[in-house]
Amino acid sequence: MKKCVLHTSDLAIGFRSTGKRDTVLHSGINLQLFSDEITCLLGPNGAGKSTLLRTFSGFLPPLNGAVTIDEKELDSYSSSALAKKVSVVLTEKVELGSFQVFSVVALGRSPYTGFLGRISAHDTLIIDKALESTGISHLRNRNFDELSDGEKQKVMIAKSLAQETPVILLDEPTAFLDFPSKTETLSLLREAAWKQGKTVLLSTHDLNLALSFADKIWLMAKDKPIVTGTPEDLVLDGHFADFFNKENTRFDLASGSFVFESPKKAEIAVSGSGHSFIWLKKALSRKGFRVSEKMFNKPSTLKISILEEEKPTFNVEINGEKMVVGNIAEVLEILEGSNNNFE
Amino acid sequence: MRNSENSIQAVSSWNFRIFVILIIGFFVFFLLNIMLGSVYIPMSEVLSILFSGGTNHVLHHTIIINTRLPQAVTAILAGAGLGAAGLMMQTLFRNPLAGPSVLGVSSGASLGVAVMMLFINFPGGTFQVLSQVTGNISVIIAAFAGAFGVLLLIGVVAGRFKSSATILIIGMMISYALTSLTGVLQFYSLKEDLQAFVIWGLGSFANVAWGQMNFFATFTIIGLLLALMLIKPLNTLLLGENYAHNLGTNIRRTRIFIIVSTGLLTAAVTAYCGPIAFLGLAVPHLSRNLFKTSDHFINVPGVIITGALVALVCNLIARLPGFDGALPINAVTSVIGAPVVIWIIVKQSKFRAEA
Repeated sequence: MKKCVLHTSDLAIGFRSTGKRDTVLHSGINLQLFSDEITCLLGPNGAGKSTLLRTFSGFLPPLNGAVTIDEKELDSYSSSALAKKVSVVLTEKVELGSFQVFSVVALGRSPYTGFLGRISAHDTLIIDKALESTGISHLRNRNFDELSDGEKQKVMIAKSLAQETPVILLDEPTAFLDFPSKTETLSLLREAAWKQGKTVLLSTHDLNLALSFADKIWLMAKDKPIVTGTPEDLVLDGHFADFFNKENTRFDLASGSFVFESPKKAEIAVSGSGHSFIWLKKALSRKGFRVSEKMFNKPSTLKISILEEEKPTFNVEINGEKMVVGNIAEVLEILEGSNNNFE
Repeated sequence: MRNSENSIQAVSSWNFRIFVILIIGFFVFFLLNIMLGSVYIPMSEVLSILFSGGTNHVLHHTIIINTRLPQAVTAILAGAGLGAAGLMMQTLFRNPLAGPSVLGVSSGASLGVAVMMLFINFPGGTFQVLSQVTGNISVIIAAFAGAFGVLLLIGVVAGRFKSSATILIIGMMISYALTSLTGVLQFYSLKEDLQAFVIWGLGSFANVAWGQMNFFATFTIIGLLLALMLIKPLNTLLLGENYAHNLGTNIRRTRIFIIVSTGLLTAAVTAYCGPIAFLGLAVPHLSRNLFKTSDHFINVPGVIITGALVALVCNLIARLPGFDGALPINAVTSVIGAPVVIWIIVKQSKFRAEA
């Protein structure tokens, strides 16, 4: 059952400094965070994503307004009570010396264990379940410091699961990870949200991943109100483009990704089909040529056609002069060789 | 699954074995400390003096009960205390080279003693005249005054600043400032006083008589009990302060408890034994490497037994026949401590090169 677990009212975030004026990064924030969903917090560097997460975690006090978790204001939680509501996965590097993965995840049980922090049989079950759902049971007895970055990230997520909190906050959990680890991390977080009813909020710079995994997206930028919604709606109503468009970078509605536009050179007429055709077009636009498929029948100074699909052969025609080559590198070489003619 | 549980059991049985070996070593060196010295006393007589109290050799009885036994007990308490203090400092500041002295507490004690020995003019002339009258009580009081002065200052700093790194830097700066003040005092002091101060600075486990043991033991044991109470928050601090906070650890309170415990231990040991070098830095590394874990549930008891054992070994070496009275304790602890620190650095740089 989806329900609003965390909400903010007229929240202002930033840094409190003694003697000086507070540095307010964002104010008037009114947001709702729902259970059973994975919410991605997107925005350029310096937008205040980490500050928002740190405020939700209780590391920074709200400068104004309030954060409410489970009908209770964040300020009124004791640190041990908050530890049972919100767990975090942070960007900071953890170095433990000799510490087994099991023991790291066991630290997630701290809010529930007694004076010496010893774990019970019940705790062990929960820890093993957390290891299993993050897919790292086989690392149980390994030394934490010997793991790869992706494995360490999963251990910290397992720690959060062992903490058994309704809310999990993650600050850039996919940074420093290779692509397969990124998708694995996000899909196990989605499992936690969908199957265990967790409320997951994470910040990330991976727009494409956010678009394919997030149930909700929060867009955040400096001096703009935060925009929230379903990823697809945000794309269609132009908010995505609005937040990320910069000079030379454009959000492409059709592909759902950002394209870098280099200054345009000449127009090239291209014809053909299949994969070689798609990748030839990519290569040409990467080099700054405008690619046209329509004007192939018109007279043109530059033409490339793909002759054979199985083992591709490219027919390059410049000012009537024809050359046949076997791969894209050679096509580009020819074009660059005669570059001056059609700048 | 069964496999992994076996491995957890293997780990705890490894720890158990190390503890047993350390405890056996502890008793062996405790007895050696009492048995060996410039006067030869046979083992059977040592045991009968210790356990049945009886011997017909009055001098031997005095040597063992009033000289060697309090010295061994002092070494045990000092080693355990410095080890625990060093462990807490290394965890709190997440710095493998932190030790009990980083807070400036031992520099404060040194300055207190320097003021007492070098600065105050006694009617009788040199400090040695005074010490003949009062024993070393005056030194202990001066050391405690200096140590607690610094501890109070650090406590105020710890309450006010959020970052542990700030506290570390302020502690080290206080330490530098006090050391230079001590240097100024040394510069303007009498030769006889200076010699007494230098000898105090070389450390000794032999200065605690039974009459003062109550105070020394009370301070040390309170400090050690505090350390044992901090096992859980210390473990969460391994992940860093933010993670610890998120796991429900009250950072400010924990930090103050750690500083009070470390301060008590360092103040007591420095006051009664002089500034003992290296033990506090090296013992936590020894313990972590012996038990192959950073877990404080193992390492707090681990540093207590390792520290006690290492201090007994150092004391024995300092007192070996031939060296008797010739080697100050700091010469021995540094000889053991320095290779340990080098080993740590070499090991870490190797680790980095591989990674």
